[in-house]
Order: sequence, then C-alpha cells, then structure tokens
Amino acid sequence: MKRPSVVGATTSSERIVRVGCPAHNCGGRCLLQAHVRDGVITRLETDDRPDAVADPQLRACTRGRAYLRRQYHPDRLRWPLRRVGRRGEGRFERISWDEALDLLADEIRRVRDTWGNGALFVPYGTGSYNQTNGSQTARRLLNLYGGCLGIWNSYSWGAINVATPTVYGTLETGNQRQDWLNSKYILMWSWNPAEMRDGTNSDWFVKLARERGARVVCVDPRMSMSAVALADEWVPIRPGTDVAMMSAMAHVMITEGLHDDAFVRTHCMGFDDTQMPAGCEGAESYRDHILGARDGVPKTPRWAEPITGVPAETIARIAREYATTKPAMLYQGYGMQRRAYGEQAVRAACVLAAITGNVGVPGGWAGGLALQAPDGGPFWNLFPAGDNPVGAAIPVFLWTEAVLRGRELGAADGVVLDGSVPDGRTVRDSGGVGGEVAPDPDRRLPSDIKLIWAVASNALVNQHANINRTAKILADESRVEFIAVQDNFLTPTGRFADLVLPACTQFETWGVEDGWKYGDEVLLMPPLVPPLGESRSDYAICAGVAERLGIGDAYTEGRDERGWVAWALDRYRATRFPDLPSLDALAAGNRGVHSRPVGTPAVAFVDFREDPERHPLPTPSGKIEIFSKQLHDMDDPEIPAVPKYQQEWESPFGPEAAAYPLQAIGHHTMARVHSTHANNDWLAEAFPQRAFLNELDARERGIRDGDEVRVFNDRGAIVIPCRVTNRIMPGVVDVPQGAWWSPDEKGVDRGGSVNVLTSERWTPLAHGTAQHTVMVQVEREAGS
Amino acid sequence: MTRWAFHFDASACSGCKACQVACKDRQGSPLGVRWRRVYEVTGGGWTRRGAAWEQDVFAYHLSVACNHCERPICLEVCPTGAITQRDDGVVLLDAGRCMGCRYCEWACPYGAPQYEADAGHMTKCDFCVDELDRGRPPTCVAACPLRALDFGDAAELEARYGPAAVHPLPEREVTRPALYLTAPRGADGAGRVANREEVRG
Repeated sequence: MKRPSVVGATTSSERIVRVGCPAHNCGGRCLLQAHVRDGVITRLETDDRPDAVADPQLRACTRGRAYLRRQYHPDRLRWPLRRVGRRGEGRFERISWDEALDLLADEIRRVRDTWGNGALFVPYGTGSYNQTNGSQTARRLLNLYGGCLGIWNSYSWGAINVATPTVYGTLETGNQRQDWLNSKYILMWSWNPAEMRDGTNSDWFVKLARERGARVVCVDPRMSMSAVALADEWVPIRPGTDVAMMSAMAHVMITEGLHDDAFVRTHCMGFDDTQMPAGCEGAESYRDHILGARDGVPKTPRWAEPITGVPAETIARIAREYATTKPAMLYQGYGMQRRAYGEQAVRAACVLAAITGNVGVPGGWAGGLALQAPDGGPFWNLFPAGDNPVGAAIPVFLWTEAVLRGRELGAADGVVLDGSVPDGRTVRDSGGVGGEVAPDPDRRLPSDIKLIWAVASNALVNQHANINRTAKILADESRVEFIAVQDNFLTPTGRFADLVLPACTQFETWGVEDGWKYGDEVLLMPPLVPPLGESRSDYAICAGVAERLGIGDAYTEGRDERGWVAWALDRYRATRFPDLPSLDALAAGNRGVHSRPVGTPAVAFVDFREDPERHPLPTPSGKIEIFSKQLHDMDDPEIPAVPKYQQEWESPFGPEAAAYPLQAIGHHTMARVHSTHANNDWLAEAFPQRAFLNELDARERGIRDGDEVRVFNDRGAIVIPCRVTNRIMPGVVDVPQGAWWSPDEKGVDRGGSVNVLTSERWTPLAHGTAQHTVMVQVEREAGS
Repeated sequence: MTRWAFHFDASACSGCKACQVACKDRQGSPLGVRWRRVYEVTGGGWTRRGAAWEQDVFAYHLSVACNHCERPICLEVCPTGAITQRDDGVVLLDAGRCMGCRYCEWACPYGAPQYEADAGHMTKCDFCVDELDRGRPPTCVAACPLRALDFGDAAELEARYGPAAVHPLPEREVTRPALYLTAPRGADGAGRVANREEVRG
C-alpha cells in the first residue's frame, strides 16, 4: 500500500499535524493542530483558517484543548487484563494478546453454540466512532459471525427520534445554521449549545443572529452557559413541565387570534374539529384540548403557572413575542425529552412552530430533531456494520430487560423482530424506526443476553440508569456469562469485565469524521503517535478475533485502518463531498479538513410550504400532524394523539415528594463528554464535580457553599461537595452527568455519578431513556 | 508603535474556559496555575409570588490574564528586576532572575503573576509574544469559541470600546490595564464571584 512516510508540516524536529479532534460524542467536530516531537504530542492548537459565516473556523472547545491530559494519563490501559476475584470487584491480572483474543473468540463461540447468536450483544456506546475505533467494529464482526442482538435508537435522542416523525414524517426538519441569521426571535428551549455544542459553532451562530437583531430567550431550569452568553432573557422553568408552558402559550395564541390560521388550514391536520382525520371525527382536537372543551380545564397561563413555576404574565408575554415576531425559531434541546413523557415535549414544540407558521420559511424553525436540510446532514459513521442475520433489535435503553427477561420481550416492548434491523443507523446516534414496523405481537426475542462485548462504551454501568441495580445484574454470572470491555481506561464499566482489552486513542490510529448533526466538513484523523504500550485500535482487536473465528478475510476485506479510511472517503466523495481529494492528497496537504461552504443555507419544508398538495409530507395525511391518528389508534392514555402535559411518574406534585422533594437533573458539563474525560485533571480543575443547589434550598437545609452534601433517594446516594448558586431554580438540584461512579465500602458514590439516582423506567412511545425524571433529597453530610 | 491590549466582551462570554485550558496546554502549566482564568460573577435572587418564582438573577464571566498594564505594579515592586516591559507594552518575567519572593503576586490586583512551587519562581502571561512577533494572535484569543476575546492596539481598542469598568475588577487608574471591556448586564457592582474555588491558586 502506498502511503506518505510523514503527515504534517515539519519544522526542525517538530511536526504540526492538522487533525480532527477525537471528539467522542460531544456534539462538535473540530480541528486541532497537533505538535508532535520525538513520538510525543506536545501541544494542541486549533483551527487558524480564515473565519467566515459560510465556512467558519472549527475552534475546539475546552475538552479538545485539554486532550493531552487524557492522552498521557498515567491510568491508560497498556495491556490486556483478565479478571481475578469476583466480577465487579476490580481485580485483574495481566495476560498476553494471544491469551486475550483466544479467550474472547472461545467465549463468543461457546455462547453462540449454547444460546444462539441472539445471546451476543454489543451495547450502545459513543466513546469513539471514527470508523476504525468504536463499537461498530465489533458489531460488524458479530454480524459476519451469524449476527447478534441489535439495538435501535439512542440514549441521547430516544424520544425525539420517534416523536418527530409523528408530526412531520421525517427527522430532517432543520434549516442549515447560516439561516439562523435570518431569524428575529430565538427561543432556546432546554438548549445549551455553548456547553454541549450541538454542532461546532452553533452557539456562535446564535450570537451572530442576536447581533443582527434577533431577540433571544432561554427557557431552562438552569441559567446555563448559553443563557448567560446568548440570551436576552432567562425564563426558569420547573423540569418536566415544558409542555404545560407550551400549551398555555398555545392558549394565548388561539384566544388572542395570534396563530397563523391560514397556514393551519392548508398545512396541518387535527388543529380543530374541522380537520380531523377520517375515523377520528369525534376525537379531541388540539384546539379542544387547549381550550378545555372536553376536560373543562382551559390550558391558560394561570393554569400553567403553578405547574411550571413560571409567572402567568411571563408565559403570555413569551407567547405573544414568539407568535408575532416573524420569523421566529423555537429550538428544542434534548434534555427535556430524556424525561418521563419526553415525546410530548417534542410534539408540543413542533406544534407551536406549525401554528405560528414558522415552518418552511427562512429564519423560522420547524422543531423536532432537525437533521439539516436538504440531505439530512452528516453521516457520523460509515464503517459498514453489515446486515444482522439475527434480525432482532431492542430499544437501546432496554438492555437490562434483555438480560433479565429477553425471551419475554416482544413488539409491545419496542423490540423489532421483522428482520429489518436498521444496520448502520444503530451505530449512528440517530435512527428512529418507530412506527415503521408491522409487529407480530406473539414473537419474542430468541434469547436473553449471555455475552456482552462493550467497545468504547461506559453506558453499561456509568451512563445507564440506576447504577446500583445495573451493577447487581452484571455481577450475577448466571445471567451474563461473559463480559469483555474494550476501552482506553478501566472505567466503572470496565470493573465488571471478565476480560479487559486496551484500545488505543484516536490520536494513535487512522480515523475520519464529518460534522455532528450540523457542519459540512470531513475531518481527517491520521495517527500522530504509536499506540501506547500494547494497546491496539478497536479495528485491529476485532480483526484478531475475526481471524480466530475463521472470518478474518471477510472481516478485513484486505484493508488495514488506513484502508478503511480511504474506503470511507470514497463514500463521502460519492455523496456529500464530490470534490473531496484522495486520502493521499489530503494527508500530503496536511489541511486536516475539507469543507463545503454554505453560501445559501437550505431551509426545510420550503416545497411543502409552497404547495402542500404537490409536495406532501411523508406523514399518513401528507400534512403536519398536530393530531396523529397513528398515536390515537394505539389507544394508550400515556400516548395522546395531541400533545398534552402529563404529570411525571416522579414529580414534585406526587406523594414521592414527601420524602424526596427536589428534582435532580444532570446537565451535560463542559468538563466531560458524557463520561469521557472524567479523569482529566485540567477539566476537573476548570469545572469540579459539584451538586448545584439553589441558595433557598441550601439555606433551608443549613447547607453552605462548599459543604459536602448527600444527594439520595431509594435507589442510591452520592456524597460530593456542593455549589450554592442562584443560577438554578429552587426545588432543583443539578449533578452534571458523566462523573465516574466510585462507591465507598458502604456503596455510597463518592464520584458523583447522577445515575446512582436515576430510574430505569422508559418513555411510553419511544422506549427511550427518562433519566432526567428523578426526585431526591439533599442533606448536609454529617461531619463535613 | 503598536501597544498591545486585550479586548474582552463580557456580554458574550459563556465561561467555557477554552482560553484558560488552551493557555495551560501551551505552557504546560501545573494544576493551580492559570495564567488566564475565568471568574463567574452572579447576583440577584429569588422571590416566591403565589405559585410562581420571580427572579432577577444575572450572571457574567470575566476572563482575566495579565493585563500588561501601563503602570505595572509587579514591575515596580520586583526587588530583582526580573520583570521588564517591552516597548509594545508586553510585561515579561525572567524566571532566571526571579527568586520567588512573591511580592508581585501580592501587589498585582488581578492575580496575574502566579507562583509555581515546583519551579520555585513566579510565572505569568507573556501575551504569547512569540506568536505576536510572528504576526499571529495569542493562544487564548485564537481559542475562544464565541469570538468574545480579542486583541489589538490599545489606542484603537480604547477608541472603540472606551474605558468600561466591570465589577469586581479594580478601577482602571490603579494600574491602567491594557484591557478593554464590553460590559455585560449587571456589571455595576451588585454581583459577587461565585466560583472562587475555580480561580484561586
């Protein structure tokens, strides 16, 4: 294979290589300039190309800039480990690669022979997905070996992936971001792009829109980084009550005639009883629900005030501002859909966009997941996982159920059993298949999960809900018979491994990435330094296992890591990036990034707006489904046909609030990408892990800033220092998600992982995570 | 000649600390040493009105490094002459001449000179003079994801932004800092530093 000997501009003994940031799953895809000297990365700068709205610099965030503390962390895994002692105890011995690969191959073969391919499982994980590093490499291997239990949907976008198409028939509901500059009013609802990024530069585009005159309002329980930097006004709202405020806004619009009635008549379905779908003529329309025609409860701002904590006058004013300032965006973030009835928040926000006529216009925003027009945007991952012969996939959040009672799970549990497992989309952080499946109610999964191979995934323990429950399930060797964990560090998930495989970092192998949701760039990731110790790429590890299973050639197709990157570039060239140079040319040019400037941003649904008859939506009615017959026919009170506020199953208004009066949320912190970087000391210095508590709640409990506090409920307890702040609503405590679970001898988590407190209960429609719906109590820790 | 100064838009900073960490990456600074650090200033409070919460909470951030002052107090108090000022205003510290007495640390109202215990001497922001001399921006400026941090000629920045003061930074007259600010809401003095543990050495 022809390859350049050295990538990067060379000055004396130092090379400066332009490389895509390893990123993990942060929401950005940025450019780094790595200084490499004598086989060591010494410094990371960022993008210095010209900065333009059509083709902005991809400036790396705090996490990317702190990467060397992760890269050269003393705890990096250097060689394979085999468990000694009890599972979960965390005691291991060093073994050779031959022993490790033989062990994994033997166990895969044994479990397949005993339980069938459906007992093999590669869990969700986004620790890497840059083609040759990431869980897709293991999924490809098992698919070639007869298949495994598949997954669909994601932890990030569980409800929104499924709920968006119930309104629009598609996930591609977003305009390109350059269009945000055309907006006059931006409602950032539960959206914090400055911290979680949601596309490199998304925060900057909001800033530019504001400089051009847009008024920006942020609705969030926390005064987030984005609220501080980007918003003219912060509207604090009680978590889980977003739909109540949205309904009250609709009430104001309808009763004051502020909605776009002409657009509703021509483009929507189910707004009022004149436009109900056939067969649902007598059902409750959206208007009936909002005005309380059936239940006698008009959803007024006064009704919403005690639910949301937002003053009725504020709700009414925001409703008027949003309805009368044209064009306007209501951008819904993802936090509010990782909740008990997350689907409702998604649908309610889409409906507000629809009834104000902000769909299909520059500067407007349809809501929903908002993959970008005109083509759905970046691919995330191209590495071919292949078809899965098992043909069964579980909703990703239900894997503990598949361990405990897999053979009982069927279509009613969201399991897909029709053979059409959406292959690559299980890896891509996206891909709702809800509603597309004609389920056979009697079929069940072929097996419980008996072997888990976690690659680049700490979702098995740390990022899944209810850690103490999960740990118990995994510790039981009679259930999951073998657990292999492949990662850069011995994570809380790794502690439960029978076999630990050391993966190299993305700086140590070839990779390629494109923008995350937004962004029209391809970023090359050439290896900068050799893998640390004996660590290997996820791809190389899988190739070693494949060889032992007799499918080595089928797995590699003769390619090494670089060969697969070249293969991926061909795919980009054939689709979104026709001008993309060859790998040799990209590497030799050391540009790191190939971009496609966006001069005229695409706007979703322009055709539909212009002529809904000629360009119908891919919904059953062809229109925007404010009322969904599909949902109506499910006949489930938790899945209403029009979006409704429902009191959550753990709520400040329920009996559980007597013992646990505070709502706990776990926002995405700048200190980490989920649980990646949790051991990065520069990031911990910048943003130490704290429980953020309102000053009134603190005072009531005799807690002072910096005190150690115990945050607890029936599921578990964490003890960490607190930060008393006025930047969070009273009644809410924030424990930023992703800190590593570190139980003491009594099982109390001293690391501050919010998932010790969260619940494994899933959302009704999407079977998605509802991890943010959780009630707790906070006390000053005795002796602190 | 050009006299270098920073401009910081405190109304547009999210407090993400990319500047702080990019600087640490450049210098390899140990924990506790932050040539540039970010103060979170908050104020206002909460009132219950019936079932609703009303609040007048505000927050802003101040990203502060050495301000390469027109009257560098650090230089004035240094007993060994380790601190010097270039004609372009950049204040430099010669570690080889520093005995680690920490007078400059006590004198500077911005906390710019910072002691590196392992090395036994002071360190401070040098405005990335090597970058400036090559016509490139300082690392912190180039890092800012929101483009809220900038640099340029002091006279031009003063003409454009004026002498805005933002609480709790000292009065400009104390040292005449080469730092020009765009003031955020709430900058008039009602706020307090809310993240002390994140900024102290």
